[in-house]
Amino acid sequence: MEAALRTIRDKVHAGHRLSEEDALALFRTRDILLVGEMADFANRRKNGDRVYFIVNRHINPTNICVNRCQFCAFSKTQGEPLAYTMTMEEILRRAEEASLQKATELHIVGGLHPDLPFDFYLLTLRTLRERFPEMHLQAFTAVEIDYFSRIAGLTLDEVLHQLKEAGLGSLPGGGAEIFDPEVRNRICPEKISGDRWLEVMEAVHAAGLRSNATMLYGHVETLESRVDHMRRLRELQDRTGGFQSFIPLAFHPKNTQIAKGDTTGLEDLLSLAVGRLYLDNFAHIKSFWIMVGPKLAQVSLHFGVNDIDGTVVEEKITHAAGAQAGQEMTVSELVTMIRQAGRVPVERDTVYNVVREWPQWQA
Amino acid sequence: MAGLMEGSAAPGTGSRGSTGGRWEEILRRADSERPTVEDAALLLREAPLFALGRAADRVRRSLHPDGAVAYIVDRNINYTNICVCGCSFCAFFRDPSAPDAYVLSGEALSKKIEETLSLGGTQVLLQGGLHPDWGIEEAERLVRAVKRYPIRLHGFSPPEVWHFANRSGLTIREVIVRLVAAGLDSIPGGGAEILDDEVRAKISPRKIGWEQWAAVMREAHRQGLRTSATMMFGSVEAPESIARHLLRVRDLQDRTGGFASFIPWTFQPGNTALSGDPGFGESALAGFGHAVGYLRVLAVSRLLIPNIRTVQVSWVTMGAKVAQLGLFFGANDFGSTMIEENVVASAGVAFRMSEEEIVATIRDAGFQPLKREGPPCST
Repeated sequence: MEAALRTIRDKVHAGHRLSEEDALALFRTRDILLVGEMADFANRRKNGDRVYFIVNRHINPTNICVNRCQFCAFSKTQGEPLAYTMTMEEILRRAEEASLQKATELHIVGGLHPDLPFDFYLLTLRTLRERFPEMHLQAFTAVEIDYFSRIAGLTLDEVLHQLKEAGLGSLPGGGAEIFDPEVRNRICPEKISGDRWLEVMEAVHAAGLRSNATMLYGHVETLESRVDHMRRLRELQDRTGGFQSFIPLAFHPKNTQIAKGDTTGLEDLLSLAVGRLYLDNFAHIKSFWIMVGPKLAQVSLHFGVNDIDGTVVEEKITHAAGAQAGQEMTVSELVTMIRQAGRVPVERDTVYNVVREWPQWQA
Repeated sequence: MAGLMEGSAAPGTGSRGSTGGRWEEILRRADSERPTVEDAALLLREAPLFALGRAADRVRRSLHPDGAVAYIVDRNINYTNICVCGCSFCAFFRDPSAPDAYVLSGEALSKKIEETLSLGGTQVLLQGGLHPDWGIEEAERLVRAVKRYPIRLHGFSPPEVWHFANRSGLTIREVIVRLVAAGLDSIPGGGAEILDDEVRAKISPRKIGWEQWAAVMREAHRQGLRTSATMMFGSVEAPESIARHLLRVRDLQDRTGGFASFIPWTFQPGNTALSGDPGFGESALAGFGHAVGYLRVLAVSRLLIPNIRTVQVSWVTMGAKVAQLGLFFGANDFGSTMIEENVVASAGVAFRMSEEEIVATIRDAGFQPLKREGPPCST
């Protein structure tokens, strides 16, 4: 075993925090079994055998976006043939379907629309909350929040206050990509900076809202920039404690302006496992099965992951970039997949309250 | 690493430490002595995933210290989907009267081979259903048609060989002699499914039994042909049946030395009669026909069959990502580019990999890609 890894193993065993050098060494090693063992150990010390999932539905109200990031296959400019914006009716129909399927969460993110006013988003939340009070509204990335503050001429605090009043329950973790300005400059020059993303999240947490954090990997970033990204997340989490889960997102190159192969299984597992090992102040590491496929998502339950997101139902963003996984998994499929991995399935709500726990499955 | 695992000793698939550290003892001895069926099944059920991975990785390293991972550019050609076997796990076969039943024309065959050669392919994997009208003459004609081209022919799994013998009133020995005379280079290990007749009675009652499968392989090896051995798991078999399969292949190899590679893969339930069977659901939950189960079986295969040099991943059923991870669970071969794959695709699974992707995937895992032109070396 490499000496660096031996030191890391001792730290993990003792429950000591890993350094950035440690995280880098983990990203570089190909001793994937050792990394897996350590991440599994760290995960089980926190979460035992439980693996969470949620019954949810994604709604992407518009793909029209003024940012047009290089890595994105989803966004369109207004007037382009495949550009769309859902009417309130279309949004409500999807919410209705979700409600019938006993979803506990609506996950709503979209493009930065040039014309829709801030009031539209407030109205959407209010309408959904009134019609479907049983569903938690997890909506709007930090990028959208910043955009709202600009189009409405309001401070972040005011924007968040109004959204919360209208029914916003929590925020997803998208738009983080890679914080490093050099990388951002190449893949999403129009998007808010990493500093701003973190500033928005700090305001979100201060407003009493929880959120997730993501990292988009497998494009032009370096391993150093991944570690830098995670370091900044860990620092903010130390201050606020407002992040619920860390979700590494595998870059999907199809239909984007970045020429690159798909991420490999090793790359996916390392991002998840290093996330578990380095981000010791995050309770949950989520492997989004849409991104890595259900098979690798199942394997990742042995590599530090304790959450495989949800039923999803309709997914537009990653599928625009060639994701091969389906758009929906049933509860029974998710439960089976978790049990077959030897873990205990737990249906959660957005803030990790237990909705239902399945008994340990006996061979 | 033992310290790290203490207090977190994970059972593989759910049942909790009822046998304490028994798996540890079995794992320690697996290198030096042949475990019993019961012990092998216990490993499958209870040894933690990473313990299996490490043990398998050690065996792989000792056999392939250079870190080479081989692959081949070849094409699967299925000469017919008409089959009298009608196995319940198969989505590919058709009745002769079915609208989409086919027998490949000579022209279509030539076109496929020419395409394969133009893509740098060096081998054709030729397999098909048990066509009620096909005997040795038809098989010989097909072999000769392929061998008009400068390409290796890896073809006819044991059930097909047996079928030709039956139809033509020949012995297995005679069939193989004639196929080799016509140009056959090696024999694929398909049709093995699970080499346990209790399981075969459930999923492939009209297919040859395990001893007949073994008899074809013994004869092929006797005539100097190299073959592969496969295993399809994750249908209705118990871990004991998987263990029996692995140990039977090991014993055969002890006698003949003719197996060049072992290739386990998972049952693909889409569009099959078996998936509609009410008994299947429960077996599927308890079985190994999923990604984590696959890695466990792959590792145990590597451990239990140390006398076959090569263990191959199945990216066709598992996808590139899990297949890549398989290189750390005992595998040293990435299989083939396929170019065309019909059997698994009939079950609705359509993973694809180009040669470039295979090479990049092997490299990314820290191994050296090695392009081979036929079956892996058996010695």
